[in-house]
Amino acid sequence: MVAKFELSDDSVVVIIGTGSGGGVLANELAQKGIKVVALEAGGRYLPDDYINDEWDSFGQLAWTDPRTTSGDWRVARDFKNLPAWIVKAVGGTSIHWAGASLRFQEHEWKAATHYGHVAGANLLDWPIDPVEMEPYYVKAEAKLGVTRTENRPGLPGNNNYKVLEKGALALGYKEVSTGHMAINSIDYDGRMSCQQTGFCFQGCKWGAKWSAAYTDIPRGEATGNLEVRDHCHVARILHDDKGLASGVEYFDKDGNLQMQKAKIVCLAGNSIESPRLLLNSASAMFPDGLANSSGQVGRNYMRHTTGSVYGVFDKPVRMWRGTTMAGIVRDEARHDPSRGFVGGYELETLSLGLPFMAAFLDPGGWGREFTTALDSYENMAGMWIVGEDMPQETNRITLSPTLKDAHGLPVADVHYDDHPNDIAMRNHAYARGAAIYDAVGATRVLPTPPYPSTHNLGSNRMSEKPRDGVVNRNGQTHDVANLFISDGSQFTTGAAENPTLTIVALAIRQAEFIAGELSKGNM
Amino acid sequence: MDTREGPKGLTRRQLLSRATAAGASFVIGSGFMAARDAAWATELTALKSTTFATLVQMARDIYPHDRIGDQFYVLAVKAYDTAEAAPVIEAGIAALDQAARGRGFANYLETGWERDRVDILRDMERSDFFQMIRSNLVTGLYNQKAVWPVFGYEGESYSKGGYIHRGFDDIDWL
Repeated sequence: MVAKFELSDDSVVVIIGTGSGGGVLANELAQKGIKVVALEAGGRYLPDDYINDEWDSFGQLAWTDPRTTSGDWRVARDFKNLPAWIVKAVGGTSIHWAGASLRFQEHEWKAATHYGHVAGANLLDWPIDPVEMEPYYVKAEAKLGVTRTENRPGLPGNNNYKVLEKGALALGYKEVSTGHMAINSIDYDGRMSCQQTGFCFQGCKWGAKWSAAYTDIPRGEATGNLEVRDHCHVARILHDDKGLASGVEYFDKDGNLQMQKAKIVCLAGNSIESPRLLLNSASAMFPDGLANSSGQVGRNYMRHTTGSVYGVFDKPVRMWRGTTMAGIVRDEARHDPSRGFVGGYELETLSLGLPFMAAFLDPGGWGREFTTALDSYENMAGMWIVGEDMPQETNRITLSPTLKDAHGLPVADVHYDDHPNDIAMRNHAYARGAAIYDAVGATRVLPTPPYPSTHNLGSNRMSEKPRDGVVNRNGQTHDVANLFISDGSQFTTGAAENPTLTIVALAIRQAEFIAGELSKGNM
Repeated sequence: MDTREGPKGLTRRQLLSRATAAGASFVIGSGFMAARDAAWATELTALKSTTFATLVQMARDIYPHDRIGDQFYVLAVKAYDTAEAAPVIEAGIAALDQAARGRGFANYLETGWERDRVDILRDMERSDFFQMIRSNLVTGLYNQKAVWPVFGYEGESYSKGGYIHRGFDDIDWL
């Protein structure tokens, strides 16, 4: 039975956002008998609703509320009001993600220690040890059904993978496979296996890919401890005169302002909306924004060093067929400064449909250089670069001084400048990606610029010392004991891996911590 | 005798006989535009027919695909043929013709070589008009399902059971 809690019920945990962080946390807490109200700005969409059409799906799922951009990243020029391609729906971006589920490498938890001083970078070690994360990764992998962990077999390789594999092996790369994917290779956990449909980014219509939308959310609701309120846009987190979080104000689906009381507030709106909400929650007691005594709220925004390489061949590939991202080369993910940069990157298969290829191949491009590439669409293979970008204090989310959303709330400005390390890494990856396709006989290679960000990280980062970040090792804000950050914005550094598995592992871990604190009467 | 009707009730023969050929590959009449073989035709409500013909040529020159017929470019820009959009389009095409004259041509449409038309477009690449036309074409042209087969793109696959039995791994030349 789905729970229904009173607005005046101050015994509930309020979670803002229902994606990989908030959706998992909501279920984990509900399973432990803790009452949860989850507020979600978007609507509910399940596999039957998902659309095998890129623009129609984008219209259905994407967060298209206004945002602004600044900085030298190309996204600010090409997509000035769309810094990120993320989802506004119950289940959040776990509907859109491609399923790549990689653990951080050990050294990536301690980037400052291993990389040393990097001018202009605001590197810091995570206040968590890799050994401590191991059991949570195991739990997260079981929850998501990650292939090639435990006894779960790998996915079969599609055409796009086969091209990548042949080229990578020809260059001597060793760690080449269809990867660790939260997409069922066999029936698992009540969900069927992958039917090689493509359209992973548009929501999996088979439910073969894990998404909180049809796993953790309904399971949490089934406990009777979780109430999910969709179409509820949170405006402000409130606090009492002791400086503790006391509730949240939100606009409900009819646009009316409501106030839900809370014992604990957990913020999981992603790395753009979470800091925006803290900044919009400024008060006389917290004039620079809630939980911002360090001044770090919104800073150190990371998006991974990305880019794509498409190879054109003299014969068809039909890269769009099958699992979009089941293919990876991991050899370059190591930390090896002899390449001219710190940290590393993954190369993962990627394909876009014709409509999105036209939009993203070379935004703003036109003429025959552009159209002859598209003419070879059927003969293209594609890969995506995912590398560790440097945290920089000046890469940050701020409130727009002029632009407000439909509720009258200042929108987020996303500022990002590439660090020289990011540029060196991207250029290295472009060259290696091109070499992979050249080794299979590519007739043309297209180094494609970054898309609007799907990996948004670090804007409320975790730090041992309160002055260095916003939250402690449990995601608890340094300043407000009953306010938690539960999404990718708590990342201290970004590592080279797709972030969802780590977001889920941290949410499972945080649920244990919160339950423990509640049982000890510390909240 | 072909009695299929063209725009405004014209027969195919009448349509062809009325055609006022400019430099383009299509027929431009008063209030309509059509393929030379009258395989397709479109009526115009707000734009001048030469303006619309120039716009279609501009669209093709921005995203030239030799295997895509004019009707798809026509459809991609037809939304501008409204009373509301017409003033901006008429002014923009007038500027385009002005740019053509600046390079010694009579107008854009009668500039024979694509290379020369591209030079003219480069002259106005940064204008709001060019950018509006170009950016709307990205969806207006490439999101037409009817053009996808030209690129080999197969579109929706869920209703066919995905590709698990339809060639997701059928590459045979590696």
